[in-house]
Parts: sequence; C-alpha cells; structure tokens
Amino acid sequence: MMIILKFANPILGLVIAPFLLGVINRTKAVFAGRTGQPLLQPYYDIWKLLRKGAVYSRTTSWIFRAGPVLGLAVTLTAALLMPFGGIPAAIAFKGDLILFIYLFGLMRFFTVISALDTGSSFGGMGASREVTFSALSEPALLIGLAAIAKCTGYISLTQMFSSVVPGLWLHSGPALVLAGVALLIVFLAENCRIPVDDPNTHLELTMIHEVMALDHGGPDFGFILYSAALKMWLLGQILIGIAVPIHSGNIWLDTSAATVAMLLLAVVVGIIESSMARLRLLHVPQLLIGATTLSVLALVLR
Amino acid sequence: MSNTADIIMIFLVLTNLTLLGLSRLGACIRIVALQGVALGFLPLILNDWDMEVHLVLFSIVIISLKGIVFPWMLNRTLRELATQREIEPFIGYGISIIAGTIALVMCMWLSSRLPFPEPLMSPLIVPVAFFTIMSGLFLIISRKKALTQVLGYLVLENGIYAFGVALVRQQPMLVELGILLDIFVAVFVMGIAMFHINREFDHIDTDQLSRLRS
Amino acid sequence: MILALLLIPVIAAVLSLIVRNDILRRIILIATAISHTAITITAWSVEPGALWNGWLMLDKPGLLFLTITSVLFLACSFYAFGYLAGEAKSKKQVFEEEAFFTNAPEAIFCACIEGFLATMTLVTVSQHFGLLWVAMEATTLASAPLIYFHRHNRSLEATWKYLLICSVGIALALLGNFFMVIAATKPASEGTAIVLNALIGQGHNLNIQWLKAAFLFFLVGYGTKMGLAPLHTWLPDAHSEAPSVISALLSGALLNCAFLGILRCYQVCCAAGEAQFCQGLLVLFGLISISWAAIFILGQADYKRMLAYSSVEHVGIMALGVGIGAGATFGAMLHAVNHSIAKAMLFMTAGNIIAIYKTKTTKDVRGILSVAPITGVLWIAGFLAISGIPPFGIFVSEFTIAKAMIEQGRIGIAVAFLGILAVVFVGMSAAFLNMAQGPKNNDLQVKDRPAKAFTILPPIALGAMALMLGLYIPPVVNDLLHSVASAIGGY
Repeated sequence: MMIILKFANPILGLVIAPFLLGVINRTKAVFAGRTGQPLLQPYYDIWKLLRKGAVYSRTTSWIFRAGPVLGLAVTLTAALLMPFGGIPAAIAFKGDLILFIYLFGLMRFFTVISALDTGSSFGGMGASREVTFSALSEPALLIGLAAIAKCTGYISLTQMFSSVVPGLWLHSGPALVLAGVALLIVFLAENCRIPVDDPNTHLELTMIHEVMALDHGGPDFGFILYSAALKMWLLGQILIGIAVPIHSGNIWLDTSAATVAMLLLAVVVGIIESSMARLRLLHVPQLLIGATTLSVLALVLR
Repeated sequence: MSNTADIIMIFLVLTNLTLLGLSRLGACIRIVALQGVALGFLPLILNDWDMEVHLVLFSIVIISLKGIVFPWMLNRTLRELATQREIEPFIGYGISIIAGTIALVMCMWLSSRLPFPEPLMSPLIVPVAFFTIMSGLFLIISRKKALTQVLGYLVLENGIYAFGVALVRQQPMLVELGILLDIFVAVFVMGIAMFHINREFDHIDTDQLSRLRS
Repeated sequence: MILALLLIPVIAAVLSLIVRNDILRRIILIATAISHTAITITAWSVEPGALWNGWLMLDKPGLLFLTITSVLFLACSFYAFGYLAGEAKSKKQVFEEEAFFTNAPEAIFCACIEGFLATMTLVTVSQHFGLLWVAMEATTLASAPLIYFHRHNRSLEATWKYLLICSVGIALALLGNFFMVIAATKPASEGTAIVLNALIGQGHNLNIQWLKAAFLFFLVGYGTKMGLAPLHTWLPDAHSEAPSVISALLSGALLNCAFLGILRCYQVCCAAGEAQFCQGLLVLFGLISISWAAIFILGQADYKRMLAYSSVEHVGIMALGVGIGAGATFGAMLHAVNHSIAKAMLFMTAGNIIAIYKTKTTKDVRGILSVAPITGVLWIAGFLAISGIPPFGIFVSEFTIAKAMIEQGRIGIAVAFLGILAVVFVGMSAAFLNMAQGPKNNDLQVKDRPAKAFTILPPIALGAMALMLGLYIPPVVNDLLHSVASAIGGY
C-alpha cells in the first residue's frame, strides 16, 4: 500500500493530466459557442500517435530521438517530488524545490537541443524564443517558491505545502496572493497558454513551443504531448497547494478536493484563454518581468 | 487595523510598479488617481476610524484633490492634445520595472538602517514611502512628456504624504499644512505651466523643450 | 518691525495690481525698496522683537542675509525703473529666432517682484523649519512669473524647468522637515517643536540618524534651489532667459536664501555634535559645483549663461567654505556678501549690453569700451571683481577660505580649489576681454543710445561697494560676519 501511495502522484498524473487539456478545450468551446471536441480527445490523440511509426530525418542524431523520451522521464521524476492533496511526495528532502524546478530545466534543455538537432530554421527560431522566455520565467518561479518557503519556513515541497493552512493566509495573505499571481503567470507561460503562446496556432511567426515539436512524429510526438500535459499537472499542483489549504488528514478527502481544484484551474485557464488575446511577442518579456517583480515583492514584503 | 495599512502599502507598491511599466497615458492618470484615493483613507485608518472632524475633513480634501481634481485636470489636458498618448520613455518599461524592484529592495534595506523612535502601525510604511518617492523621481527623470513628469511629481508627492501622515504624529498641523501647500503648488503652478506650454508648443513633449543646452 | 518688513512689500504688491498708472507703479516699487532697506538698516542697531512664540525672529545669520537681499533689491528696483521704461510695449523679436513675443503685463511684474521680496524676507526671519519651508516654496511661486516675463517659448522652457526641478527639490526638503520632526521625537513624551533655538538647546537629545537623514534631504532639497551641482540644471536656463534684473535678484538674493535654509539645519547638526558629517557633505557638493561650473564656463557661447555658471561656482565656494569650517566660515559669509554684490552688478551690466547689442551671444559682442564706455568699464570691473582680483572683495573672501584650508593641512583641497579658480579665470577672461575690446562690429546694428542714469547708476554703486569691501570692511559689518560665523560653528 505504501509503495503504491509513493508512486500515486506520477500514476495519477499519467491518468488525469491529459484530461485537463480536454477540460480546457471544452471550456473554450463553450465560451465560443461550439460543441467542441470530446473531453477525452487528448487521450485519443496520444493513443493514435503511440500506435504510429516515426520518420527520422537523415540529418538527425540520437539526440533527436532521446529528447522526447527524456522529457517524459524527467517529468515523471519531478512528479515524485511533488505532494498532491493527501498524497505525500515519494522523495522529500531539504531544498527539493530547486531540484523540482531544474528538472524542468533539464527537460527544456533536451527539447531545445533536439529541436536544434534537425538543423531546420524553424526549430532554431522556436528554440531561441523558448530559451529567452524561460530565462525570464525561471526567476519568477524560483523566487515565487522561495517566497512561499519564507512564509512557511520550510524549504521542502512536502513540508511547505502541508503548512499552508488557513491560519497562514490570515497571517501573510498579501505575500501569498502576490506569489500566487506570479506563479499563475509562470504556469501560463511554461505551459504555452494564452497570453504568452497560443497552443492552437500553427503560424510559424508567432509559435514558441509548438514550432520545436514540428519535426517530431509518431510516438515521439505522443511523448511530447504527454509530458506537456504532465508538466501542466505538476505546475498546477504548486498553485493548488497555495490556493487550496485543505489538510483534513483524510487522504481521500484531501486528494479529491485537490483533484477538483485542478479541474477548476483548468476551467479558469480556459476562461483566461477565451477572454484574452495573445500578447505581442515583444510584450511577453514585460509580462514575465512583471511576474518576477511580483515574486520579489512577495519575498520582500513578507 | 495595521493589516489595512499593510494592504494599502502593498497596493502602493503595486501601483508604483505598474506606473513604471505602463505605456498608456490615460491609464497612468487613472492609476495615480487610485493611488491618491487609497492614500486619502490613510489618516483615518491610522487613527482606527476615529471620526475626528478635522481628520475627516483632511481626508475628504485629499481624496477629492488627488482622486478627482488632478485626474480631471490631467485628463482634460490629455484630451486637448492631439498628440500620441503613448509615454515614450527614455528608459524602457522592462528595465524600469527591474530598476523599481531593485529600488524597493534598497529601500527595505535603508529603512532597516533607520530605526524609528516610536512603534509603528505597519513596518512597511517607511520603506514603501521611500520607494514611492524614488518611483516618482524615476518617472520624472526617465519620461519625455511634460504630463508624465507631472504624474511623477504627484507620485513623489504621494510618497511624502504617506510618510508624513503615517509617521509624524507630533505636529499634525505642520504636516497637514505642508502637504496641502505642496498639493497647491502641484495644482496651480503645474496647471498654469501646462496651459502655457500647450499654447506655445501645441504639444507637451519636454523632449522638444531642448533649445537651451549646456 | 519684522511685521513691517513683511507687510510693506505685500501691500505694495497688492497696490501694484490695483494701480493703473505705470509711472506710479514704478514709484511704488522704489518706495518699497527704500523703506525696506531703511527698516533693515535700523534693525542693525535696534534688535527687533520676536513674534509668534519665536517663530519669527531676526537672529544674526538672518540679519546678514536680510541685508544682502534688501540692498540688492534696492539697487534692482532703481534698475527696474529704467528697465521697464525702456521695454517697448509692442511685439519684439526673440534674439535667437524668427519669432515675436510680448511681455507680461507690467503690473504682474511689479507685484511678483514685490511678492518675491516679501517671501525672501520671510525666509530670513523664519526660525521655525516648517515656516522656512513655506517661505522657500513661496519664493518659487513668486519668481516663476518673473522668469516668464518675456513671453516666448525659450523663457517658457526655462520657467518649466525652474518650476519642476525646484518643486521636486522643495518636496524633498519637506521630507527633510518630517525627518527633523522625527529626530526631535522622544519615545513616550511630547517632542520638541522644530524651532531653531529649541532644537539647538535640545541638541544632544536628538535622534542622530534621523537628523543626519534630515540634513541630507535639506541639502539636496534646498541645494537644488541654491544651485549646487549636480542639482543646478534649472539655473543657467532661468538666469539666461529671465530679464537681467531678475537674474541679478535670483543670483544675488535667492541663492543666498536657499543657502540660509541649509545653514539652519547645519546649525542644529552642529549642536547635536554632527558637524563633521555635514562638513564632509558640504565640501563634496562644493567641490563638485566648482569643478562642474568651471567645465561649463570654458567655451560658453552665451555670456548670461556664463554668469549663471559662475553663480554655480560661487555657491560651491560658499558651501566649501562652510564645509571647511573654522576661519573659512567667516570667509564663506563674506563671500556671500561679495558674490551677491558683484554678480548683481554683472547681470545689470549684461542687461545694458543686451539693450545695446540685442544679442546674448558672446562672439557677436565686440568693442563695448568704444560703443558705451561706462558699460565697458563696468563690465571689465565686474569681471575682475567676480574672478577675485586683489582690490575687490572676492579676493579677500577667497583668500580667507584658502588660508583656512592650508591651516588645516587640507592641501589637496586647497590646490584643487585654487587650480579650478585659475581655470575659471582663464575661461572668463577670454570672453570678457574680447567683448570689451576691439572694434565695433560693423555687421551688427548697434544702436547708439544715451546711457540712462537708472540703468547705469545701480551697477556703479554696487561696483563701488565691491571695491570698498576689498579695501576696508567696516567694523559693524566685520562684527556681524564674525558673529554669524560663530553661530554656524566657525569663527
């Protein structure tokens, strides 16, 4: 039972994460007055892709093939560090939040070099944009988590989130709100959502993340989609951890509350996407700098 | 309620940073107005909503000046100008925000070096007042339009106001008179100057005010 | 007595707005100046009583600066009489551009200049820091319309810069006032009112850190108004665009009043035993101002701007003198007197030159000595006076300051000081001598007009005073200067 509990978060992630994408798409469809795709469409897509064969360009090396696999592996590793609702993290030690953040850095590194590996100019363009924006969003994420760590007094993700209780909100509410807003912006930026990037667009001039995955096909692309969904699931858990301070002690109650909160977050993202336009590429750094500033504020004002 | 004071202080910081990063003049005017209104409630909050007549009057005067008269004057000037409504900074928005953040951290450090003789309602007041003053100075220095410089002056003014109202309990008359006179200067002199500049130059870009060099 | 000093100019200002006759208005101006000076001189022998719980009092430093202001205003009022008579009512051309402008109504000019006198008087008699601040703010308000007397865009630009920069400076000084209140706050008791004497009496009980912060903000705030580099940026524009008589008042009286504001805070710091900290800052700002001004004086193409930068240099010397302390404090006070007289004389003469040549560009003015001999001689004399050549008073004050530096063993500062003075001398002499000598420039239409007594006599009188202070300082003046110096921590 304990073993299963330890790996509950990655497993839960593998099961539920694509569903979040479905919820987002459905919310957007409802707002646009469409019926929209089935809620389970992301699962069908991934399943379809996994059954296909892959075509590799002759100019690519092993890096190109390793990228998607490593991306998925790294995301699953990160899931081991993250507590979710009543489920504790499989691995917890002091300062694991830094490992958590930089596992995503590793994932990004592999995505970028596999995009560069093809030698196509689109891949290079996407890679440069991805690196630029992530360089700006990383400090926001790191400082935002540091602010929460300072509020709670712990630097391990598990302890940190278990000590976010309603009392803490009364005591240092403003700092938590600031950090929460900053992390929400990071969440949107890292997951390539509007207002930073439009996941549906296929216009090369404006794409950021999507353009790096253009050369991947079949199972590789499936892995990429899957790890993207997992990444959203994990980063969402940071937000949920701050915003839903429910720690009743009952594992089922806590976990289902957190799951419901995740679905609500997906709805919120859907609403944001339907109500906002994508920012001009030049204005994205400004937004991310703003997020960093909010994080710094949360850290300083506490 | 020290918590309310805290929230106003954080609101002040956020509005300052927004001003540093905003490009639309109209929005800037609205934000400065909001800042003024929030500050107008400060004397009441600091006295636990104790409704003394002169305090209430002071608050009303501040709110109506900073929240209604200034924005109205500035908006009118803005409407009459057929110029661009972008701010055109000398220093870019992103860098402005970063500079603002660094300034905030510096102010925090500075105020930790200046221990206050009396216990304070909110530990944030001193650093945030300093930060507001610095933001105002920064806006004056780094923006081209005369209108933005006036906005910067108002922000500077707000910082000094926050400091005075929150800290100087010994001589309230002095503080209130000083603040009111300062505001008086802001209204009349700047208004008159802007009127003349308007007429002379047909636009209020201080960048054009550069015939006098060295 | 103090009330009379304050009320006479105010009443005169109101009258100037009511009266319709130009001549009568000018006579009111002169009458105000004469009565103001008369009362000021009486105050030397009969000490005026304190008013409003000691908020208004004429102490020794106040008396010194009041006298400077009053005497200068007297000279300026005579000059203004001639100046206003000579100013045409019709549209005139801007010298530098193809644009035309009109003047502001003369009533506004007279009312503002009298209001300016009232506010400067208030600065000198205020003992309460808050009142001092109000007075300082009021000087800005009263003088801004004066700078915008010639209604064209260049003077408007100067006025805008003056208002914005000085308002920011004054706002910072308000913060300094708040710091002063906090410094005087003691836990669990009533704080001291921020009246000068009370603060000096409480000296050692003040909160040192906040007092230091207060001095810093006063220095920056009033220093902006005083024209200490790098806060001086409004000064050259305002001085070059304002009518010459206003430039004379700004340079000779207003800068001194702002300096008095800094000195008041310095007095409190001395009483609190923090003189060292303040002196360091004053020396720093002084040296920056002198060197900055020297750089801009070299190769300056506009002679009124050159005079303005020379003002920056001289306020730097005053700050430096007070910063050095000991004997140099006396030198600094003497320098304040000498500089005011010499600079006002120079600005008035510059106004006469403009009236003849219709230009402010140095190289377009040639042969003043042959065109207008008296003005030419005054111009040369003013140059010698301002750059500290022996028979004139500035030599004595600069020498006193340099002597104190060497006595204290601060050779580096002394060498820098004297070196920069030499640079300034070279830079100014080229411009001044070229303007005075040489043949009359034929291209330029020089209007030969008879020199008017009203615009010639005031600079002559001031020149004579500058010369006299170099040869013989009357014992009364000497005593006053020494007692002022001892009030601000020197001798």
